[in-house]
Amino acid sequence: MYTTDMYEGVLAETITMTGANGDLINAYLARPLGKGSFPAMVLAHHMPGWDQWYREATFKFAQHGYVTISPNLYFRTGHGTPEDVAVKVRADGGIADAQVVDDLAGAMEHVHALPYVNGKVGIFGTCSGGRHAYLAACQNSKFDAVIDCWGGRVVMTPDQLTDKFPVSPLEYTKDLSCPILGLFGEEDSSPPPEQVKQHEEELKKHGKNYEFHMYPNAGHGFFYYDRPNYRQEQSVDGWKKIFAFLEKHLA
Amino acid sequence: MCTMIVEKVKIEGSGKGGADWFTLQQANVSYDHPFNAPYEHALNIDFVNEAQGLSARVAVELSESAARELVRTILSVLDQAEAGGLIDPLVLSQRENR
Repeated sequence: MYTTDMYEGVLAETITMTGANGDLINAYLARPLGKGSFPAMVLAHHMPGWDQWYREATFKFAQHGYVTISPNLYFRTGHGTPEDVAVKVRADGGIADAQVVDDLAGAMEHVHALPYVNGKVGIFGTCSGGRHAYLAACQNSKFDAVIDCWGGRVVMTPDQLTDKFPVSPLEYTKDLSCPILGLFGEEDSSPPPEQVKQHEEELKKHGKNYEFHMYPNAGHGFFYYDRPNYRQEQSVDGWKKIFAFLEKHLA
Repeated sequence: MCTMIVEKVKIEGSGKGGADWFTLQQANVSYDHPFNAPYEHALNIDFVNEAQGLSARVAVELSESAARELVRTILSVLDQAEAGGLIDPLVLSQRENR
């Protein structure tokens, strides 16, 4: 717990890292100053892109003691305002799951190799980033914890599968090797509560270590303070649950 | 991207972006999370010219009912123009031949 007599410092900057196919992509890296070593986090940004909220979230995790990296998953689409880039990605039907998973694995390897990291790396994502975080954690056993906040389309029907999204993330559940925290809203339509229940049943079936919380009076994206769906009480509680979960599994 | 409901259509015309008018090349129509409109999902239209870069964009984010009303209104206005003989006969014949 922070007290006012503590030293606190965070170094945050844009860096370059190696992503899928050996491509160099940019990322936002924030790390606590002071005596390490520190656990690390990878942040999978949401559909609106590599935006202000994600840079702030990266900083927030660092302030709480985690070396945190947020790769620009839309790097290859080009550069402009985060919104201009994100709408281009949207128009092109999203980014292929395989590329995202490899970019996130690259981010994990980047922080894992830093001398001040304690060897533990978690992954967090919201919205499409929650889905991507889950996919990445299921396909890479080097992640030590995963946090899926209202990730839609974790449960996909056969007609939703395409070349970019060839496998429903639910199918990878059996491969998940780390604990998962899931935060969801009862009023969300993506994912709807029945799909969250289906996801939970799959985790239970395979004996996974999971902790799911379904918040009443909350819909999609209830952490986003700049959107009408923001829910103060649920958001405060959700962040508490996130840091308690990480303290338990990454310390 | 969360819904993956998106279609592209080639268009002709002009759009006014942040700086100036530019030639429109394409409209991207999606039903997904909006960036600004106060809805969980919206009917989003991005009028773009990709050849001029990502910022060559005019964006609208509409509620479902507003989008449907807009479509009805556009068709009504075009029908009035056609009834008034204001649409080039060549354009009409091209449409008939499609």
